[in-house]
Amino acid sequence: MRNPLTVLKRLVSDSGDARTDGGTASSGTSLLSRDSIRSAPFWLPPFLLVGLFVYGAILWNVVLSLTDFQGLGDPNYGDLDFENYVVAFDGGTPSWTDYSIDPIWNATQNTVVLMVAFAIVCLALGLLLAILVDQQIRFENTFRTIYLLPMSLSFVVTAKFWLYMYDYNTGLVNIALGAFGFGPIEIVQNPDLKLAAVAFALIWQYSGYAMVVYLAGLRAIPSSHFEAARVDGASTIRMYWRVIIPQLRTATVSALVVLVVFSLKAFDFLFSMYGGYNPGPSADILATQMVREAYGNQNWAYGSSIAVVLFLMALAVVAPYIYSQYRQGQL
Amino acid sequence: MIVFYLIPIETGLMTAITDPSAYTGSAPYLPPAPGDVSLGPFTNAVDALSQGLANSFILVVPATILSGLLGSMAAYGLTTVDWKGQIGIYMLFVAGIFIPYQAVLVPLTQFWYNVVPLRTTVESVAPMIPLLQEFHWKLIALIVTHTAYGIPICTLLFRAHYKKLSDEMVEAARLDGASITRIYRRIILPLSVPMFAVVFIYQFTQIWNDLLFALTIIQFGDASVVTQDLVSIGVSQEGTNFPLRMAAALVAALPTLLVYIFFGDKFAKGVTA
Repeated sequence: MRNPLTVLKRLVSDSGDARTDGGTASSGTSLLSRDSIRSAPFWLPPFLLVGLFVYGAILWNVVLSLTDFQGLGDPNYGDLDFENYVVAFDGGTPSWTDYSIDPIWNATQNTVVLMVAFAIVCLALGLLLAILVDQQIRFENTFRTIYLLPMSLSFVVTAKFWLYMYDYNTGLVNIALGAFGFGPIEIVQNPDLKLAAVAFALIWQYSGYAMVVYLAGLRAIPSSHFEAARVDGASTIRMYWRVIIPQLRTATVSALVVLVVFSLKAFDFLFSMYGGYNPGPSADILATQMVREAYGNQNWAYGSSIAVVLFLMALAVVAPYIYSQYRQGQL
Repeated sequence: MIVFYLIPIETGLMTAITDPSAYTGSAPYLPPAPGDVSLGPFTNAVDALSQGLANSFILVVPATILSGLLGSMAAYGLTTVDWKGQIGIYMLFVAGIFIPYQAVLVPLTQFWYNVVPLRTTVESVAPMIPLLQEFHWKLIALIVTHTAYGIPICTLLFRAHYKKLSDEMVEAARLDGASITRIYRRIILPLSVPMFAVVFIYQFTQIWNDLLFALTIIQFGDASVVTQDLVSIGVSQEGTNFPLRMAAALVAALPTLLVYIFFGDKFAKGVTA
């Protein structure tokens, strides 16, 4: 704890900011430094709320995933085992039910495909839009407002809009295809297209977010870098590829983390699009399988174990990010 | 590109002002013929969603204010007042932003339905308190839940703001003998007003748009919020009533759309923090 903290303090004082957090010990504010107790009325109540509802609930969920809790009634905490995880990985019929239970592999595969496709296209499209908007400063605010507009909508609302866009008879997508001479195609219930249709709608909703993050990143690059590349005779494409894009690493990482977390939350969209817990095997993701098992089939404990898997996936993305932010003194 | 981002909403709007009996769907992105314009879908949508809209407001307003206020307090206690070990506490707050809700759903349902006697309490006092209905216990549970899950992002937004404030004023106040509470009320809170606008807009949008918590804590019944009611609207045995469904989607989105149109820059600030 101590070593990174001194690094953090040095970082803060090197940057020369008169910040009120870490690094102030040397600048005569020892008055403020013994205040962990007296500031407790401020940070403790929110901390207890978060501790109980977020961390307490996560631990409780782990314990629940080890029980046989199913159907109505109360969970029995006396008999804990890893049976649900065995079922999650291998499928089969567990002791607490007469029915065969689906393993998580299909949903996990869809989750990863959706996450990767969604994040990569969002970042690429967002970067392209940011570069375009960056050229035309005059209408910047209008462009930004329009690109970010879908993000202010609920997943439930965007699902309704896209259900209409994809409709077989009256959907705009099929009308556009018809204009090019392609017959209408079934999209929403088509197993081959479902996941792509969901990803496309989510990209529509969140690529504006990537654009805004990249635009802020572009604005932080000194204009001398652009000018130096121009003087050297680099083409525009070469300039962006070699000089500008490498400097957008921080923006890419932070946008990527947020987009990955959003894609794990795509449950609301799928529920609204398919009007229930079951979008069908080809669009099922872990988020929908978990809620379906728990709230649709009342296999509570099994749902909890899927939730643990989902939580670990999110943790694998978020923990390195938060740790690196901490190491850089960005928290 | 702009067309791509606007056309789903534009098409929805044009369909929503079409008389359902005249709706053909051949060119849904064009305005309906003058004779086919109708506000019927909108009035029907408002009728169908009125209870959900009311419940959503009962939920969103307190949850937004509470999470913003508690987030500001946490950020003050963990930023402006400086003490060892606060970064560890703060990291737990930040990690809370990224947790998939699925990881806590079953415990939350257990907690609100089987552990705390909220339902019986509210049902026994409801007849004595005007305007309090028995089903409001579900909304109270949802308010507390959304508050707890909103605190992490609010704390992050406020902390970024408080780090930028000059500490000279705070130090001067400390030397004058002002207490920590007094410094918060007299110096920090007034300087937080612009950030409160950002935080409130962000939280309002997030909580209004949520479906998953409502689905698992309210489940069904009189307390349903607008996103729950929207899921099943406009579908019947005769097929899909697209004008009604699009009108309902727009009605459900209207509060957040208005907030976005009037405070778009603050919304952008919130989402990119």
